[in-house]
Amino acid sequence: MKTHAKLLLERLKKSFGKKILRSSLGFDEVTIAVGATELIDILKTLKDNRDFQFKQLIDLCGVDFLEYPEEQLNNKRFAVVYHLLSLKKNNRLRIKVFLEDNEFPTLPTVISLWPVADWYEREAFDLLGIMFLNHPDLRRILTDYGFIGHPFRKDFPMIGKVEMRYDPSQKRVIYEPVSIEQRNNVPRIIRDEGFHNG
Amino acid sequence: MSPESFVMKAFTMAEIKNYTMNFGPQHPAAHGVLRLVLEMDGEVIRRADPHIGLLHRATEKLAENRTYLQSVPYMDRLDYVSMMMNEHAYIMTIEKFLNLKVPPRAQYIRVMFDEITRILNHLLWLGAHALDVGAMTVFLYAFREREDLFDCYEAVSGARMHAAYYRPGGVYRDLPATMPKYEITKNRNPKEVEKLNANRQGSLLDFIEDFTKRFPKYVDEYETLLTDNRIWKQRTVGIGVVDPDRAIALGMTGPMLRGSGVEWDLRKKQPYEIYHKLDFDIPVGKEGDCYDRYLVRIEEMRESNKIISQCIDWLRKNPGEVITKDNKVAPPKREDMKEDMEAMIHHFKLFTEGFHLPKGEAYAAVEHPKGEFGTYIISDGANKPYRLKIRAPGFPHLAALNEMTQGHMLSDLVAIIGTQDIVFGEIDR
Repeated sequence: MKTHAKLLLERLKKSFGKKILRSSLGFDEVTIAVGATELIDILKTLKDNRDFQFKQLIDLCGVDFLEYPEEQLNNKRFAVVYHLLSLKKNNRLRIKVFLEDNEFPTLPTVISLWPVADWYEREAFDLLGIMFLNHPDLRRILTDYGFIGHPFRKDFPMIGKVEMRYDPSQKRVIYEPVSIEQRNNVPRIIRDEGFHNG
Repeated sequence: MSPESFVMKAFTMAEIKNYTMNFGPQHPAAHGVLRLVLEMDGEVIRRADPHIGLLHRATEKLAENRTYLQSVPYMDRLDYVSMMMNEHAYIMTIEKFLNLKVPPRAQYIRVMFDEITRILNHLLWLGAHALDVGAMTVFLYAFREREDLFDCYEAVSGARMHAAYYRPGGVYRDLPATMPKYEITKNRNPKEVEKLNANRQGSLLDFIEDFTKRFPKYVDEYETLLTDNRIWKQRTVGIGVVDPDRAIALGMTGPMLRGSGVEWDLRKKQPYEIYHKLDFDIPVGKEGDCYDRYLVRIEEMRESNKIISQCIDWLRKNPGEVITKDNKVAPPKREDMKEDMEAMIHHFKLFTEGFHLPKGEAYAAVEHPKGEFGTYIISDGANKPYRLKIRAPGFPHLAALNEMTQGHMLSDLVAIIGTQDIVFGEIDR
């Protein structure tokens, strides 16, 4: 498998050259970062070219790098990650795209290449507020009807913003600001490199 | 009004347009909390729009606020009919980060329980699918066998469903030497108890071995009820046909993909743990309809049974460690903690701060009973994941529901939901 991943990365570099903004081979998995403008062309080649044949889009997810600035590319906060799988070549590939606008992140849809992207893009829109251009049906999918905000953004509190209860006087369910406080029993700790070896 | 004009009027009224119909979320055939908005033309479905998210718990967000070990039990609750497989994918991703060597005995135990889980899942699928289509008996039969497998879960982890048994670096503990037994109560007389405990006299392995010997006959029983059953065939043959290229484009994996004739199984193609050492076959369908997917899953149960008996043979001959000795990841032994200061510190640090993953990102997937179940972790070096994404196999399957049901009758929709093996724990996450 080791040579597999390396060979794939070499082929990718040969085909796309400078279009690959960043690449890595961590844990025997190939990751490349590409620009949002070239994305569709690159994905199309990856899907249809005989050397790659990534016929299956295994996963698509959005990531918010707000609290992880080292990983951002030119201060771009949002990224979309595509996981591709080639059944013919038995390869996996991860493609990362950083989105231009931090306030209103947009990206063209890939439904025309992989119809499965429909729901994945709806999910990324719902949870992170990434707008997929030309998506035919970009509705919320996982959150409640009438939900406000994008819960998987790092600045969205884990306990949420509103809570729901039945109000006997109005005889209906109403929303109110949350009454609970966020608890964090285990702090988030990042140790220096080599801490565990010492 | 003359009779002719009355008929004319009724005819034109029926012509007007399609109507929409709500299906679920509280419907026994909706497998949990599926809500469908159906656009119907008479009894024919023109469009199906699944509304999901009624079971959304934001597992991925919760995991960002918990240590890696604290999230393991959350994985059980994703696809709540194949609990240990979910843990497996998550644990494998962590092990990839840490480059952990898992003791071979733990690998065999994992594979054995993976296959037990596959049978558990397929039994529930079989029972529920048959029940949806109108065959009651299979459900009762399937639950009889599930009971035995839950006992295996209980014997090994203490919990019948949400086991939290797999741990980074191995499994929580070794297989027990005795099997829990039924006790005499007001409602159970000694004779009955003796009968119930007949196959529980030895170790857990003896009990599972006894099960693997009984199980092929049980599968034959299910097949007598269904495989050549005229009603079953009329309800499933030619229903929900997906051709291979389309199945790939729609992101289908597992039995849904294999039912369409694509030979793809991660256990063979990208083997993990010790699957490359085992002898088993991958059943593949031909037509891509509900009936083929049924045959594929039935055959998978038989193959799983074969894998389990191979694991039992190996586990009998090879005692040993079941979890890594690296105390940065796995807790030290209780007796060590009483005397060894370092073990004490390790224990304390592990359960307060947890372990850290190096910076980076990794994805690991297992062949889940429903398809490819994977987890994608981005780590910034902390004791909690920066981002966890769960790739649930059911999500793309349900997304394809609209395409699979178009032009079918309403009653076929139920058969198609059944064949997709929908579980909302994993779809809504």
